This record gives sequence, structure tokens and C-alpha cells, in this order.
Amino acid sequence: MTAVLERASLKHRLAEKGVDRVLWLLLPGAVFVILLFVYPFLYGLQLSFQPKGGGSPFQNYITFFQDDYLAETVWITLWLGLPAALFNVLASIPIAFRMRGRFRGKRALTTLLVIPITLGTVLTAEGLLAFFGPTGWFNRILMALGADEPAKLTHNYWGVLFSLIITGFPFAFLLTLSYLSGIDPTLEQAAATLGASKRQRFRTITMPLLAPGLAVTFCLSFVLAFSVFPSAVMVGNPAGETHVMSIAAYETALRDNDFAMGSAIAMLMALVMLIVIGVVLIWRTTLYRGATGGKG
Amino acid sequence: MRLTARPIVWLTWGALAFFMLNLVGIVGAVVTNSFAETWFGTWLPDGYTGKWYGEAWRDYRLLDVLGVTFQVAIAVVVISVLIGVPTAYALARRNFPGKKLLNVLFLLPILMPPMTYGIPLATVLYKFHLAGSMFGVIAANLVPAVPFVVLTMTPFIEQIDTKIESAARMCGANTFAIFTRVLAPLLVPGILAASILVLVRTVGMFELTFLTAGPTSQTLVVSLYEAMSSAGIRPQQMVDSMAVIYTGSMLLLLVIALRFVNPTQLVTRLKEP
Amino acid sequence: MSGRFAELHLDQVQRAFGDTVALKGMDLTIKGGEFVALLGPSGCGKSTALNCLAGLLPLTGGRITLDGKRIDDLPPEKRGFGMVFQNYALFPHMSVRRNIGFGLSMRRTGKAELNRRVDEAVRLVQLEEHQHKFPAQLSGGQQQRVAIARAIVLEPPLVLMDEPLSNLDAALRLEMRTEIRRLHQSLGLTTVYVTHDQEEALALADRLVVLRLGEVQQVGSPEEVYAHPVNRYVAGFMGYRNMIPVTVGSQEGEHATVHTEAGVKLVGVKREELGSEAVAAVRPEDFAVVTEIGANTIEAVVEIVEYHGREQAVEARLRDGTQLHVRTNSRLAPGDTITLKVPAERVLVFA
Repeated sequence: MTAVLERASLKHRLAEKGVDRVLWLLLPGAVFVILLFVYPFLYGLQLSFQPKGGGSPFQNYITFFQDDYLAETVWITLWLGLPAALFNVLASIPIAFRMRGRFRGKRALTTLLVIPITLGTVLTAEGLLAFFGPTGWFNRILMALGADEPAKLTHNYWGVLFSLIITGFPFAFLLTLSYLSGIDPTLEQAAATLGASKRQRFRTITMPLLAPGLAVTFCLSFVLAFSVFPSAVMVGNPAGETHVMSIAAYETALRDNDFAMGSAIAMLMALVMLIVIGVVLIWRTTLYRGATGGKG
Repeated sequence: MRLTARPIVWLTWGALAFFMLNLVGIVGAVVTNSFAETWFGTWLPDGYTGKWYGEAWRDYRLLDVLGVTFQVAIAVVVISVLIGVPTAYALARRNFPGKKLLNVLFLLPILMPPMTYGIPLATVLYKFHLAGSMFGVIAANLVPAVPFVVLTMTPFIEQIDTKIESAARMCGANTFAIFTRVLAPLLVPGILAASILVLVRTVGMFELTFLTAGPTSQTLVVSLYEAMSSAGIRPQQMVDSMAVIYTGSMLLLLVIALRFVNPTQLVTRLKEP
Repeated sequence: MSGRFAELHLDQVQRAFGDTVALKGMDLTIKGGEFVALLGPSGCGKSTALNCLAGLLPLTGGRITLDGKRIDDLPPEKRGFGMVFQNYALFPHMSVRRNIGFGLSMRRTGKAELNRRVDEAVRLVQLEEHQHKFPAQLSGGQQQRVAIARAIVLEPPLVLMDEPLSNLDAALRLEMRTEIRRLHQSLGLTTVYVTHDQEEALALADRLVVLRLGEVQQVGSPEEVYAHPVNRYVAGFMGYRNMIPVTVGSQEGEHATVHTEAGVKLVGVKREELGSEAVAAVRPEDFAVVTEIGANTIEAVVEIVEYHGREQAVEARLRDGTQLHVRTNSRLAPGDTITLKVPAERVLVFA
């Protein structure tokens, strides 16, 4: 009798902590993420400490920072990723603000703003080359307006930045709009009845409630921009001005077949990204992060 | 709701219009070129033709490529839903030791640039001779897809009242019946939304497919990139017509997606008054 | 914009949403210091009227004037009215004190003055212990107090309340009702209060405005509206649960003689011009169970009996099938045949 009782109570004690048969449902997901994400990542990490040419386990990392051509990629990537993410988030705010509430043609306008997602990197690249190229429509219009020489906007930093904005803006906009729609509109109405002007409502109510969402939006936009690869090759100058970390990692690993060094660069890429995201998320902890929907 | 035109409003719409104008120019340039006989250094091409589409279709074997793309995308959607939904259910319904760790594990593949785990993953796949095959491409694409399903489905399941399950249990339904008869119909809209987003993401995913695909397992994005980097062999117009085909199919997917997903409610759901 | 006013005047105020007109030309005069309740079921336009007053909804017709000065073209922040929202709309990222002080800081009130007035408001709504907490840490009743304090700390000329008690449970609702009445009596702030609960409206207001489908049905003191509803709709809202279909016999002065479908004769007070068909409205508590048939009596069979302490709530049926609600002290059982008597002045006959 006592044995049966003990057994039952253990089951209940576990259930009390949330451990019961439902957790078996986690098994496929957990196995999957360990097998296809954690294991390869750790494998890459240990591989990066086994340099191809032997020597110190840290040789790959030492090489990376001693070789200016490689070390520079960190700054090049940040210098593309940070402005692109910042621009996409900041530009999303006023536009998302105008898109709140219900009005005619809202769905059409949202769709229009989201369409660049469908363009893909190659069409964007081809389009940028053709449109902003020295004989493209943009420069033709500039010349017609009296410019002395065509602006150089492709095969350099600007081309890649434009490409990142075109592909990244729709995501940033959708997320911002979604966060903004989550803020209970009666909060602003309440502030209005208390005498807050439009500007004051924006500053004291909307912005503080939106800021944590913007931090997340910035992080996701940054990840997107930081991973830049195909457009840096196609509209950038992949051997120089836009020699980003992705290109370095790819070329080392799959073109030069130095998987150890390639993994090391990939790990450094992850590290840089985690640092940036970490800083943003730490700043986010200083903000209010509770419900933004008022009550209910 | 006052219609006073303040400068910030005009600035916003003005900037947006400028952005859109450039976008139209960018897309227009590609579309125009895909129909151009020859176009070099003038406002508009010398003549128009539709032949590049036919040639691109044949030369790049687009039927095969589209077939591969379709197979990969469907496989990724089905597998990621099968793995992701049960996981999301457990995460939504239970608090257990180690839940935070698991949550982080499911968040990381979405947060990490694909290159960072793609290169080690490709290395591992090459080690086990799985790279270059359809299997490798599907496996690689699942890495961000499964967490994506988990992430979108967890809040969706959380908002379904647990009392509904209790009620079904009180009516005598067992766990299996609860899943198939009660939860599944309620989850369909969420699963549909997540599936479509995964589909769009997979068709558009460049890096992971690029790193793991072989000549017979390329999806449309990757063969497009290959076609562009090896340009010079074939006329630019062919690459452009292929890019237009890609964008056309993505647009179709997106229009379908927007039928089912309200883009403004991706993060939070607030009842509209 | 702060301070007392003599008269707030709504002149043919209209609000349409597309093709549906939510508020059809509302006329109303509110005197300074008054407590006015807008009463009606959901969709009657009462919240629309309140939002128009607050400035949260632009009018589609008519005008609102405050002591002769037109205010309907002012945005809400320029009107200086206080508002208590149905879901409270407390700023989730601000403490109780900062919520209450928000309006003062928008008016650039000095720090000392702001603190003094917030202290006073916190004391007034008895939230001293909770003033440094955030809204999410408060109970529903406490959130309600914060919302009220936030609206009245500015001593606005007009306080608007949009069903403020509807999210509270029954006991708390009664307590807060008394609280709101007490605040009105001590501060004397002019208040417009929207509710669908007639008991709440009768308990709180100096004057009731009964609305239906965007139109004002009756305006009057609680006593007037309760005792002399102008039509069957208002009567139904004021507790006349029995609406007996009748045909009109003779009419004499303010009395009318009517017949139920089964032919029973009733004498009642005529409240409207009558045609041949009418309804006789009677409150459940105005019936008395008697032993003999006489003037204004009616026979019914008891169907359901509910025990309510001193009283019983009885559902009975007339011979013609009409259902009656009766409250009585007599002990009845299902199946009993009873005779009910109602005084002629308690029967209201409506067209």
C-alpha cells in the first residue's frame, strides 16, 4: 500500500513542477535543435581551434587579427550593418505611426510596403546596378537636372547599403507596426484628456511603450544586415570596400577549403553579433517591458 | 484625426514617395531589360522581345529548378510543422525546469546570421557525405524554420483557453482525441500562417541553400545567383528575366500569405474595438 | 479652461459612422455642479455622446458650447475635461503617483505644487500604501481609484466617466459607487456618467438621460424617470418587467380602461396617446396576492418560485398565456392558482 502511495505522490510532485507526459512532445524539437544546430556549432567551435597548418590552438584567431585584410572585415561589416539597421528602424517609426487605425487603402499600402520582401537579393542587385549605374535612369535624371558627372552609387559601399535598406526595411516596418498596434489606443486618449499635446503624447506615452519593441526590431534588423553576403558580392566591391565577414568566412571555408579558419571567422561573426545584441538588450532591461494593452 | 498638415507628416509621406519612386525605378529597370532586344546607354531599349524568358527557361533548366525549389519548400514546411507544433504546445502549456534554456536554444537559430552556423553545418554535412544532396538542403533550411514555427505557434497556443481542453477531458476525450478533434481545428489558422511564412522564408533563403546545395539540389535563388555571377557567358537579359520569374513567384506567395496573416498582428494581438 | 462653469450645452449633436448614425441630434444642457447619467443598453449612443464631449470623436453635426463658447472644435487636450475610461487606461509604465501627476506635469505645474496636489488626491482615494506601485501590481478596485484620482486631480470643470464600474465584481461595485457619490458631494465636480445599469444611474445621478438607438427618450430626475417613464421603452428599463398586451376600452382623463386578451378588465394610468392596441406595464412588486376577485384583479397559475429571503420571486402565467413576474411575501408553490391585484395608479398604459 505504502509503495503505491509513494509512487503516486512522486508523479504528482513531478507534475507539480510541470514535468509530465506532455513533455515528451518536446523530444523531436529538442533532438532536432541539438543535432542540427548545437552539434554543428560546437563542432565548428572546436574545429576553429584546430588550425589547418597546426601550431597553437588559437592560431586561426591570431591570424585573423594580424591579417589587416581579415581584421578589417569586422569594421566593414559593422559599418554596413549598424547604419542600415538604424535607418530601417528609425524610418519605420513615422511611417508605422501614419499607418495606425483604420483607413481606406490601408491593406493596399501595407502590401505595397511589404513587396520589397519578394524582390530577393538578385533582382535588387540587378535593379540597383541598372537604375543607379552610371548610365542608369537615376544618373540620367541627375545629369538632366544639371549634375556635372554621374554619382557613383554601385560597386561600392552605397550600393550595398541601398540593397540592405530595400530588403531590410519591410521587415523593420512590419515589426514596428505590429508593436505599435499592440499599444492600447485609449492610453493616448487618456493622455489627451489630461492635457497632453500630440508631441507630449508621443514622448511620454507612445515612445516609452514602443521602445522595448524597437530594441527587438533593431536587433533583428541588425542580424539581417550583418549577415549581408550576396549583395555585398554583386553590388559591392567584394575584394575591398565591402569585403564583409560573410564573404571572408565563405571564401576561406568553401573556396580555399580551410574549414578550420572558416569556422573561426564564423565564430567571430557570431561573437560580434552577440556583443551588439547584448548591448541593445541590456539597454532594453532599463525600459518598461510589461503589457502595453492596458487592462484586457 | 485632424487633417492639419504638419511638416513631419509631409516629410514622412515625401520620404516614402521618394523611396517608392526609386523602388519602382529599380524594379522597372530589371523588368524593362528582361524584355529588351539590346539596351546600352540610352533611356529606353532599342526594341522589345519576350524571347529571353524562353531562353532562360531552357538554358537554366528552370522547370527542374522550380521543381527542386518546390520540393524543398514543401518538405521544410511539413517537417517544421510536425516538429515545431508539439514543441510549441509543450512550451506554451508547461513550466518545467530548463524551459528558459530550451527557449534560448530555439531563439538562437533565428538570431544568428545563417553564415555563422551554416559553415559549420556544411562542414558536418560534408563530413557525413550529406552535403550537395536534397537531404542536406532540406536539413539546413530546417534549422531556422523549426524555431520559427515554435516561436510563432507558442503565443498562438497560449491564447487558447486551457479550459477547452479540460472540458473535452470531462466529456471523456483522451489525449489523442483532444489533439485531433479539439486542438487541431483551433490550431489550423496558426499553423497555416506559420507554414506560409516558412514557405516564403525557405524559397527566399539564400545562404543556407548556397552552402549546402550541389548542382542538382539548387533552389531558384541559388541558381539565380550562380547565373548572375557567371554572367558574361549569357546575355544579361536572361538573368533579368529569371529574376522577374523569381520575384513573380515570391509575389504570388506573399499575396497568398497576406490573405491569411494580418501583418500587423505578428507580435501582439489586440482586439480592435 | 479650468474652473467652474454655469452651463454646458449640446445642440443637435450628431455622430455618424459611415451610414449608421450612432447619435441622432442630441440636445442637452448640463448645469455646473450637476451629476448627469447617460443610461441605455449597449449601442444606444451613450458612449458616443461621451466621446464627443471629451473630444475623442469629432462631431458630424451640431455644436457643443461651454458658457456660450464653442468647444467642439477643440482637441481633447485643450478642453481640460477629466475622463475615467472603462478599461481605466492607466499608463502601464508609470507608477501610481506619476499616473496621477501626469496631467499636472503636462501643465508644467511646479514640483512642490504637483507633489502637494498628488498627495491630496492619493489621500482622497485612499491609496497611500500603493502610491509607488505600478498599475499591473494593483487590484481592479485600486486601479479604478487611480483612474478616478488621475481624472479629478486637475479639478476639471467636467468629469466624464465611461462605465467605470463595469469591470468590478458586485461587492466592489457597490463600494466604489458610494465612493464616487462621496467624491462628487465633497468636490462638487460636474460629472457626466455613462452606464447601462439603471440601479447605478438612479443611485448616483441628479439627472438621468435615457437613450435608445441614438435618440434621447427622457430626461429627468431619478424620481421622475423612475415613477413616470414616458414610454414603454423607458418603463422597461425602470423595472416594469410585465408588459401585458391589451386592447383599449374607454379613456377618461388620465385613466384608461383596457382588456387583456383573455378579457380581464384593468384600469390604469394613460401615459401616451392610445390607439386600439396598447400594453399595460406593471412592476413585479406592485402585484399583491389577494383572496377574492374584485376591481383590477387578474388570475394566474404559478409556474416557478424562487426563494429570495423575505420575498419570493414568482413566475406565473395568465389564462391567455402571457407570462407575469411577481414579487410577493406570500408563500406559494408551483401549480397554485392565484388572484393578483394591482392598484390602478400602478398600471401604466403605453401605446
